[in-house]
Amino acid sequence: MTKGRRGFMGKAFGAVAGVGAVASLYAMKRSWDPLPSVKAAGFTMVDLTAAEPNVLVVEKWRGKPVFILKKTPEMVAAQNEEQTARDIVVGNDHFLVCIGLCTHLGCIPAYRPDKHDFKCACHGGEFDASGIDTLLPPPSPMEIPPFKVDGTTLVLGEAGPEYEKMKSSGITV
Amino acid sequence: MAHFEKATSVHDWLNQRLAIEKFEKVMMSEYWIPKNINFLWAMGMVLAMTFAILLVSGIFLLMYYQPNVDLAFDSVNYTIMQEVGFGWLWRHVHAVAASVVFLIIYIHMFTGIYYGSYKKGREMIWISGMLLFVAFSAEAFSGYMLPWGQMSYWAGMVITNLFSLGSLELNGIVEWIRGDYVPAQAFLTRFFMLHVLLIPVAILALIAVHFYALRFPHVNNLDGEFFDYDEQAELYKSGNTRASKVIRFANDFLSKDMFVMSIFLIFFFYLVFWQYAFAMDPVNFDPADGLKTPAHIYPEWYFLWSYEILRPFSKDIGLIAFGFAQVIFFLLPFLDKSDNVAPASRRGPFKIWFWVMLVDMIVLTAMGKLPPEGIFSTIGLVAALVFIGLWVVLPFITKIEKKL
Repeated sequence: MTKGRRGFMGKAFGAVAGVGAVASLYAMKRSWDPLPSVKAAGFTMVDLTAAEPNVLVVEKWRGKPVFILKKTPEMVAAQNEEQTARDIVVGNDHFLVCIGLCTHLGCIPAYRPDKHDFKCACHGGEFDASGIDTLLPPPSPMEIPPFKVDGTTLVLGEAGPEYEKMKSSGITV
Repeated sequence: MAHFEKATSVHDWLNQRLAIEKFEKVMMSEYWIPKNINFLWAMGMVLAMTFAILLVSGIFLLMYYQPNVDLAFDSVNYTIMQEVGFGWLWRHVHAVAASVVFLIIYIHMFTGIYYGSYKKGREMIWISGMLLFVAFSAEAFSGYMLPWGQMSYWAGMVITNLFSLGSLELNGIVEWIRGDYVPAQAFLTRFFMLHVLLIPVAILALIAVHFYALRFPHVNNLDGEFFDYDEQAELYKSGNTRASKVIRFANDFLSKDMFVMSIFLIFFFYLVFWQYAFAMDPVNFDPADGLKTPAHIYPEWYFLWSYEILRPFSKDIGLIAFGFAQVIFFLLPFLDKSDNVAPASRRGPFKIWFWVMLVDMIVLTAMGKLPPEGIFSTIGLVAALVFIGLWVVLPFITKIEKKL
């Protein structure tokens, strides 16, 4: 009898303590989540008419650098299909738009206008002018952020039809 | 209830209530240490003292440091360095001690490996020591974030990105750790908390466990000799101190420790006053800028060997190799299949293993600092493969080791 009652008390205590522990862990996890004000970071608008060919423009979006590169007609002509598929075309102009972070460990690669490519100083990775990785260690192309083309304005943070198409065809994650 | 009598002195009053005489015996005068040891056995107390130096200098820095992304850099580089009386001293002491503590940790670790002080009952000493190494690494990393310079920011970016676990792309975890898409205010404040509260408390607890783990297997000696401590202690207490193989922890052993500590402190304060620059990366004197990566990102010297194991491989393999390097030392007592507790010099193939491992880690450290180009990449790759290979062969070479 006593044994049964003690066993019950032990189990009851264990259950209450377990619920308390899980609830506390959940509260702690939630306290480390990004704040709503951080998450609601605004959209970034970029006027594409101001871009010069073969000159890299770096915009800031959610604290990350976004590369915008207007390609010269020669660069576009020399591209293969895979590279062209990543271009954002506005009128007759082709643009590279991507998050300017190396997909290895998040350093910012530098643009080399004479070679039309990006070199990451941290671990030596390279990307072509379409943001595709050409030399290890980066495992994948630079990511394309959600974007929407609104006339000649690029809206970063909002997914437009061009972006959805790239996403569904697996060009960006 | 115990029986209390009118105390004859303050000492007696305390002794009736706290058993201070018994406590003194257990902790000091009847805690037995072997005689057959050398100066390398003093590294534990040198580490304890370096930790105390970090704690004291840290307390003074804490009174003026501001954990705010707009104020942190100036609170360190202007307020503490230029306004606070002797603020520069606390900062240089803290930075140099944080660097030197790893030098001593590595000496302490390799002493343990050389003399086989990690097995046959001493496994928990080794494991608690490795946990301390991990805790000190986390403490060093979190502290490195606080000045909020370029190296702080980019080291924070690179290290937190590791938690996306390569191609698994677990960016949610990275954002959760940072509390933002990139290192920002939430990141700085939580690493500040970790650095000044949670990790130091964990270190203090682990130090207690580490010391406690020594009590039953006792301190190893130069020959790995096992003897009856009670017998030797009786011999010592009976007055035959010459024949006994042990001495008291205090004041006997401690007086030797204090001699080594004094030599160390002369070296330490030489670094603090004349050579502090090695612990202060010039790149970190530029304020954090999320849109500008420094030309070379490299960790402090004590992380270079594991960084170099990460670097020569593709992302996922590099990450696996890095993970391997972080945990494999924990398994040393179980991968060493030999029963021998003896210096490496008497253990045949293990002697070669020890020196190759030591040299390989020095090579990895050197290559980690150099830019990843040409011949350095190749040497780094070979050294990383040697590191992994050494751990693979360890069980086999220790299995065939002759019993001493």
